[in-house]
Formats: sequence, C-alpha cells, structure tokens
Amino acid sequence: MLKKVSKIPFSGSPEQEARLKEIIAENCHDKSLLMHVMQQAQNIYGYLPFEVQVMIADGMDIPLEKVYGVSTFYAQFNLTPKGKFNISVCLGTACYVKGSKAVLDKICQVIGIEPGECTPDRHFSIEACRCIGACGLAPVMTINDDVYGKLTVDQIEGILQKYKD
Amino acid sequence: MGMVNIKINGMPLSVPNGISILEAARYVGIEIPTLCYLKEINEIGACRICVVEVKGAKSLVTACVYPVNEGMEIFTNTEKVRNSRKLTLELILSTHDRKCLSCVRSGSCELQQLCKEFGVDNETYFEGENRHYDFDDSAAHMIRDNNKCILCRRCVAACDAQAVSVIGANARGFDTHISSAFDKDLANVSCISCGQCIVNCPTGALSEKDDSPKVLEAINDPEKFVVVQTAPSIRVTLGECFGMHLGTNVQGKMVAALRRLGFDRVFDTDFAADLTIVEEANELLERINNGGTLPMITSCSPGWIKYCEHYYPEQLSHLSTCKSPQQMFGATIKTWYAEKFGIDPSKIVVVGIMPCTAKKFETMRDDQSASGYPDVDIALTTRELGRMIESAGIFFRHLPDEEFDNPLGDATGAAVIFGTTGGVMEAALRTAVERLTGETLKALDFTDVRGTKGIKEATYNVAGMDIKVCVASGIANAKKVMDKVKDGTSGYHFIEIMGCPGGCVNGGGQPIQHAVVRNFVDLRGIRAAALYDADKDCPVRKSHENPAIKKVYEEFFGEPGSHKAHEVLHTSYVARPKYQ
Repeated sequence: MLKKVSKIPFSGSPEQEARLKEIIAENCHDKSLLMHVMQQAQNIYGYLPFEVQVMIADGMDIPLEKVYGVSTFYAQFNLTPKGKFNISVCLGTACYVKGSKAVLDKICQVIGIEPGECTPDRHFSIEACRCIGACGLAPVMTINDDVYGKLTVDQIEGILQKYKD
Repeated sequence: MGMVNIKINGMPLSVPNGISILEAARYVGIEIPTLCYLKEINEIGACRICVVEVKGAKSLVTACVYPVNEGMEIFTNTEKVRNSRKLTLELILSTHDRKCLSCVRSGSCELQQLCKEFGVDNETYFEGENRHYDFDDSAAHMIRDNNKCILCRRCVAACDAQAVSVIGANARGFDTHISSAFDKDLANVSCISCGQCIVNCPTGALSEKDDSPKVLEAINDPEKFVVVQTAPSIRVTLGECFGMHLGTNVQGKMVAALRRLGFDRVFDTDFAADLTIVEEANELLERINNGGTLPMITSCSPGWIKYCEHYYPEQLSHLSTCKSPQQMFGATIKTWYAEKFGIDPSKIVVVGIMPCTAKKFETMRDDQSASGYPDVDIALTTRELGRMIESAGIFFRHLPDEEFDNPLGDATGAAVIFGTTGGVMEAALRTAVERLTGETLKALDFTDVRGTKGIKEATYNVAGMDIKVCVASGIANAKKVMDKVKDGTSGYHFIEIMGCPGGCVNGGGQPIQHAVVRNFVDLRGIRAAALYDADKDCPVRKSHENPAIKKVYEEFFGEPGSHKAHEVLHTSYVARPKYQ
C-alpha cells in the first residue's frame, strides 16, 4: 500500500536530535548501515519524517531520495507519527470475512482520519494490519496493548470514548 | 583476461572470459534486445527482455548480466526465448498508457519497436487494475508522466551517474513508481534540469516541455520580429532527427530550414560564444592580475550552474560572471542590434535552439534581461526543432545549404567547439594566451584538453607563468573537482565544467538515440569530431579575431569588461537550498 506522509508539523527535541547524531556518527563510515540507522531513528522519533530523513541523508552522505526509497519499501518504517493510542484493526482473512472492514471504516469516521494517519493532536493513530493470530476473536482490533474481539460496529464509539482523555 | 570458447546459436567463437552474454553475442552480429540495460550505469537485469537459453541452465538467464564461461552454449532466438520476451512485453503493456498515436516518442520508442519486432498484437491481453499518476509538469524543462513508465530505472541510473540522485524508485510491488523524495514535484527538489534522464528513457515517460507552439505563435504574429540562434552542437546533431549519419554537419540545411519555418533572422549562437570568450578571457586575466577569486569556473552550462547553486552555494564566487552564450546573444540582440536597426526590443522574440533542457530554465533566471525584457524568450531543444521541421513538411535532407544572416551569424572555429567538453577551455586559451604574451599563437590546437575523458588537466607556461587548467564534464566529475576547489587544494587557475558527460554534444536536449547506440557507439566522440572538423575548416579560429565581435565592441561595448559590457553581458548567481 502507498504510505501516507504526515502533514503534522515536526516537533523533535534537541535531545532526540543529539541521540540521532550520535547514532549517525557511529555508523556513517559504512553506507550499508543505512537501514540500521533508520531503525534507530524510528526508535527515537517513532516515525521518519522529512526532517529526520534529511539528517540521515546528510549524515550518511546518501541522497535523500535513496533514504526515502528505503523508507517506502519496507513496511516497518512509518512516515506518520503514532498517536498516544495506536489503533490497529486486523484485516486478515478471518477478521475480514467477519466484517472488520466495516469496523475500520467506522473508527476512521469517528476519529476523522484515514488508515495510516494520525490525528493532529497526536492522540489517535490508526492502521490496518494483517493477521494478529487471534482469529477465534474475529473481528479483532488492538489499542496499544488492549485487545478487543468479536467487535461490532455499534461498539466502536463506546470503546473509543474510554481513550478520549 | 583469458579467452573462453563458447557457442552462440551453434556458432563457435572465442571471446574474453567474463564478458556478458549480451556483449559476446555482438561478436557474431546478434543484437539481444534490452529495455533496462545501460552499459556500466544500469546493469540490473530487471526488464527480462534480454533473456536467453543456456544449455544446462535451469531457467532462462538475463544476457545483460550473465557472464560467459568456457564451453557455454547459448541460444538467443528459440521459441521459449521469443515467447518469454513476448509475455514480458504484454505484461509491461498492461500497465502502460498506450497513447502511442500522439506520444512524443512514437517512432523513437524502444518499447514500441520491440512490440513490433516480437509481434505483440494483443496489447490488452493482461488488462486489469491500473494506477493513475498525475503528470509532473512543475519543472521549467520537462514533463514526467509515470503512466508511461516501465520501471526500467534508466532515468534513476542517469541521475545517479550525474551524482544528483533526485529521482528513484519509491514504494514497492504494484505501487512502485519513480519519483523524488517525499514524492515532491521536480521543481521542488534540487534537480539541475540536465535532461540526462530524458535521453536515456526508452519510452515517452520523460520528455522535454514542448515550447514550439510559443515559437509558432510568435512567427505568426506580424508585430513580432523573431530571431533564432543555434547553439554550436546543433549543426552536428540535428541531422540525426532525419535519419542522417551520426556526426553529419548540417549547418547549411539547418539555416535553410529555419528560414523556411519563417524566422525573420537566422543567427548563430557561435557569435555569442566568441563574445563569451572575449569577456571570459578578460575576466580571467583580471582575476589573475588583481588577486581575484581563483580558480575561475566557466558559466556556459546552466545545468552545472544550477548544480553549483544547490550543492556548492558557498563556492559561487568561483563562477565567471559571464552570461552563457545563449543569454549574451539575446542581450546583444535586444540592446545593440535593436538600437542599430531601430527595432523596439519589446517586439523582438529571441529563440534559442539548444542541445540542452536546462536552457529552458536559464531563460527564466533572474538578472538575465539586459534590455528590460528577457534576454531570451524561448529555448527549444534539438528534438523540438526536428519535430517543427518535420511537421512543417520541410524535406530536410534535400534542402540547399544556406548561410547565416549577418552580422550575428559570423563566428570562428573557437566558438564551434564550445559544443564539446574541452572546447570552451581551448577557445579561451587561444585568446588568453595571445593576450598574455602579446604574440600570435603558432599552434592553435590545445590537444591536452580534447577527448571525452571525464576530467582532463593541463599546465601551460604562458609569459613566464604556469597556468594550470582543468576540464570536467558530467556532474559526478564536476563534484570531484569542486571538492578540491572547496578544500583549496586544486591549484587550478581556470576550470571548464559542462553538466552533461561529454559536453553539449551529449546534452539532454539532443536527438534520442536508442540505448544500443548509447551503449556501443562513441556517440560523444563522433559528434565532437564533427565539431573539431568544422573548427579546422574555419578561416578565423580565434574568438577575438572575429570581425563582427570587433565591430560590436567598437560600436557598443567599448572594451571587454567595460561598464557597458558588465551591464549587458554579465550576471549573478543565487544560493539555492539542497532540500526544500
């Protein structure tokens, strides 16, 4: 799936930048360590926005386009931040058959963003995921570490309400 | 490297060990088709068109990257091979925007040609879901249409070979597409407009922005006085648009065709190249004598200039302040010529025929309007001119040879070699050395700076002083030289840089030649040789001896480097961000 690039303004701290610069300094001797540096950067920032990719590109002396190419190729790299609460709706076969697409659509409608996006206040983010191995509970979603199974569209507003504050 | 004995389609032959099957096949006159292969810069075996059968191999192998070894038996034209290639073509077509009738590359498209050769007669065979991509026409010089892209990655390789790397493959699987970082438009990344991606694209996914309608509109407007100028290299490449041999000098026919298209005056950018040399040589001597910034670097190539502004913004003082020949020409037409012949400069339309896509960007730069109006209004590439001539029904090959108009059609041999790497340096040396020594040069050929090598160096002892020069073509080479300039370790006095590998003869606006020609024929060398031949035949071979140049200084500019010359013929540069 095409990845969405976040429009939420970048808000990295000087501490985060110092940590990234340190990691780049440790690895910039070898361009093949790019993915390692990108993973570390994602650990620091939670995602890889333009500003972070520019730091990596300049630090590793690799064109920005190559960094972006890697970040859009591998599923584990995020171009949007994760919210305080990350909602993950399973679209694996069992969940899909049991109507998880309708659940996903409902959540998107309630919080007003598309899959792969984050709310401007960074409270919620939402993504569609593949099978999480809880097919017995289909359709299933997780909000951070909480698992919700045997979902119906009607339950969504109530569940989200618990995470509003 | 030892030799190995192999068989190709049953024919025994001995070839160097380790070369690719594709190269080996050429020894027996077999051309294995490819869509992605570019020698040395894109050897990735991605397009699967070059597949061949190798005895004993489990599956078909890609000839472009598979090395030969002793005893290998290769079959290049079996039913299995042909079926595989046909299937690949059908699959490529399934996601290709098949607007062949109106495509700018119709007739020069490598995909179209292969479909014809392999009898692909059902282009909708695998029709299904398709991505739609918006055009990217944000940049001044080109249009990117990913709907016609076949993901061969030749453009990416060309951009990487230029050390610019602003385009690449993004996303994966069915979503894979060529774009810039964060899918920004080309105008919003540090693309230098060189157009090397366009001349390497096998299809119509990348093309120059067609400005020929603007030219026709001006020609059809009776109020406008439309002047055309042709860059040095156009005369040795335009013939290719009409199927003529590489390196044919068609200057006379080109002039005749331009007259028949309806231009009011047909002039030669070479005149302005001479003017550039006189100004640039003067600027160099001033810098040497007065402790100015050295090395001084040439400023004729707008792709190079844009590169320097994006990537070495702190080094801009090294650039000669001379405008490029295209811009000097326009500035001179709209000031001196307009005044002399009593023409209102607002009514003059100056059209440049250029080997270059970056020239389109150059016409829009700031500080390029000496008369108050843009020095040059429209820049066309060689390809656009070729199409204009074709669509006007002009039978180019049968035109008589005609002469440029006077006085801005007068030029020297020094100017004509501007079109190849080392040419500007040689032309400048012919003038600078005479200026420094006050004596007439005996040997005019500075052969050390000739040839298609990426970086050339030479030292000349002139009037008791060692002048150290360097010539670089292709941005990757320019980058190497610039790193030395930045460190202060270069030791050069004068550097010539051209953005495209080999100089303007291999510019991004030159006629399309299929990859097989680009891979195995010395395109740059053949085109350049035609320019050196033209130089040899010129009665005047030193820019400062051009009678028209002498006249324009007498009547208008005064001395080289005068206040007037600075106002009209010189410009300034701006630091541009690397990321936007």
